[in-house]
Amino acid sequence: MNRVALAGNPNVGKSTLFNALTGLRQHTGNWAGKTVATARGEYVFEGREYQLVDLPGTYSLAAHSQEEAVARDYIESGQADAVVVVCDATCLERNLILVLQVLELTGKVLVCVNLLDEARRLGIQVDLPALSQRLGVPVVGTAAGRQEGLDELKGAIARLVEGDAPAAARREPRERVTLAERYAAQVVRGERADRLRRQRRLDRLLTSKSTGIPLMLLLFGLVVWLTVAGANGPSALLTALFARLGEVLEGWLAPAPVWLSGILLDGVYRVTAWVVAVMLPPMAIFFPLFTLLEDLGYLPRVAFVMDHAFQKCRACGKQCLTMCMSMGCNACGVTGCRIIDSPRERLIAILTASLVPCNGKFPTLIALITIFFVGGRTGALASLEGAALLLATLVLGVAGTLGCSRLLSATVLKGMPSSFALELPPFRRPRVGEVIVRSVLDRTLFVLGRAVAVAAPAGAAIWLLANVTVGGASLLAWCTGFLDPFARWFGLDGVILMAFILGWPANEIVLPVMLMAYLSAGSLVEFDSLAALGRLLTQQGWTWLTAVCAMLFSLFHWPCSTTCLTVYKETGSVKWTALAVALPTALGLGLCFVVTAAARLLGVG
Amino acid sequence: MYEALRLSALREGESAYVTEVSAGPAMDRRLADLGLVRGTRVTCVLRSPAGDPCAYLIRGALIALRRTDADGVALERRVQEVAAGAVAI
Repeated sequence: MNRVALAGNPNVGKSTLFNALTGLRQHTGNWAGKTVATARGEYVFEGREYQLVDLPGTYSLAAHSQEEAVARDYIESGQADAVVVVCDATCLERNLILVLQVLELTGKVLVCVNLLDEARRLGIQVDLPALSQRLGVPVVGTAAGRQEGLDELKGAIARLVEGDAPAAARREPRERVTLAERYAAQVVRGERADRLRRQRRLDRLLTSKSTGIPLMLLLFGLVVWLTVAGANGPSALLTALFARLGEVLEGWLAPAPVWLSGILLDGVYRVTAWVVAVMLPPMAIFFPLFTLLEDLGYLPRVAFVMDHAFQKCRACGKQCLTMCMSMGCNACGVTGCRIIDSPRERLIAILTASLVPCNGKFPTLIALITIFFVGGRTGALASLEGAALLLATLVLGVAGTLGCSRLLSATVLKGMPSSFALELPPFRRPRVGEVIVRSVLDRTLFVLGRAVAVAAPAGAAIWLLANVTVGGASLLAWCTGFLDPFARWFGLDGVILMAFILGWPANEIVLPVMLMAYLSAGSLVEFDSLAALGRLLTQQGWTWLTAVCAMLFSLFHWPCSTTCLTVYKETGSVKWTALAVALPTALGLGLCFVVTAAARLLGVG
Repeated sequence: MYEALRLSALREGESAYVTEVSAGPAMDRRLADLGLVRGTRVTCVLRSPAGDPCAYLIRGALIALRRTDADGVALERRVQEVAAGAVAI
């Protein structure tokens, strides 16, 4: 089997090319002993097998960062039979600097000029044979998103691994830049200024003083609204479906002993079904919309607009990108912090990652907002109100992140903001099909799978807690009774606090645990509407203040178990993991305490 | 005729050529990786709402830099270009 390495700058469509070549035959992981992601995949061409190794996207091979060191070491080690350097046809000059660097390490190089479709749209032409002649290595043009040029690329790789070629002589960095400039001037033709101008107009609209921030809020508001409004129907449908299925299961389990059917049906099945019914629809809407914004190239603009606030907090503007990832899943946000170069700023981003509400918290927040602040009404206006309040919650999460980042910068992570250079890649027409497939496969099903894997055993454990009685009361009742006096200080009650503790494996199960405890029926009871849920909570003594505190605590409390584990893996330190738990918990408890005390003092609680 | 200025002083739509990069060792390297060395032409393209950072066109790529870093890059502007006015990009 031949081994081929893929190198290139960030944002050149390297992953798209990797996916197009290998399809689903790939596996991802980390480089041994490093927090740098790697992907390997296989493909067969003319009866021979090739293994493709996706190197981290870098601007240089100077080994100043972990990513650069990994890429450089791999190329130098000679483990690859050939190196394919992927370039962006719309920005060839800058990309050629890396090509020239790779050529100094090995001669078995193939240059793949990708994104030819984007270049065509901008009226840019690249003379591939001329480039090949100047570089002295084969050059192939592709548009990986449209599957163009892939066979030619595979053919060129097959020819390349056969031959042998020496590396070029070492050059000074300035020499490389000059050479890249000269080559680009010789082989790149034309540029449609009108298309570029359109890009700049859009850029100015999205980042200017008067429109940048309003448009950002509007866009995120739209995503949240579509998620809230669109998820209701499918959620109700799934709930009904699972209820019917539950009846069937109940019939099958009728001969089984009560405790067994209790654990399986009332514990495992009901909690799992709840998690799927409540989580799947919002995720299936949120993730594709979010991936669409990502594909368009909008997220770096958000980081650009928000950077000043992060600079004031002595953090990195790229933290904004990891916060966006955290909205999908906090654990993904923590892993995403690898894009931040400065170790101090990366730690700040990791420690504050869980202050942004993830998808698992959305259902709880949406339910509480709808019941207590939109008055249980439904319809377009109500969903707009609900979305506005959810957006406000999100903004509070961002404010908490900024505040805590500043606090960390002033205390345990003292330091000044380091320099940063953020590339704003051109806006690209999103490939809707690929966006949907990728967001559903990579994100929705991945996160849902993890939630279900946690919900099923948690369901059994919760059922046992609620049904094993000691001294006339269930274990759950003992726990909630014990926690109750403490929880009252923070505007919560023992059940709410216990639900958050039991919800440690997954935030999605917080609400079902609460219901199970309140109903003390020992199992999760079906409730057909939010109105019924609202009545139940009010009967249990919930007021608007309880709802506010529950929402605040939902927003700011310890990260879920997966996130904790990820923080530990990324930092390799128990101390930092403990801080990642303590920071949001202290913030949440503090806010709840202040709000409760203020409301009681003013006599409105 | 040449006019000397700092990258941070470049206004939206204006272009100039780099004469010296001294934004600290790590940043100098990063900028060189991005192709920003002596003689490179840069254009200021975007200002963020707070006026800091700004985004510059460097060798066909749009790169956002903070003011403190852009302060470390010295430029010279050819006066004919100043007279011709801002280059529309």
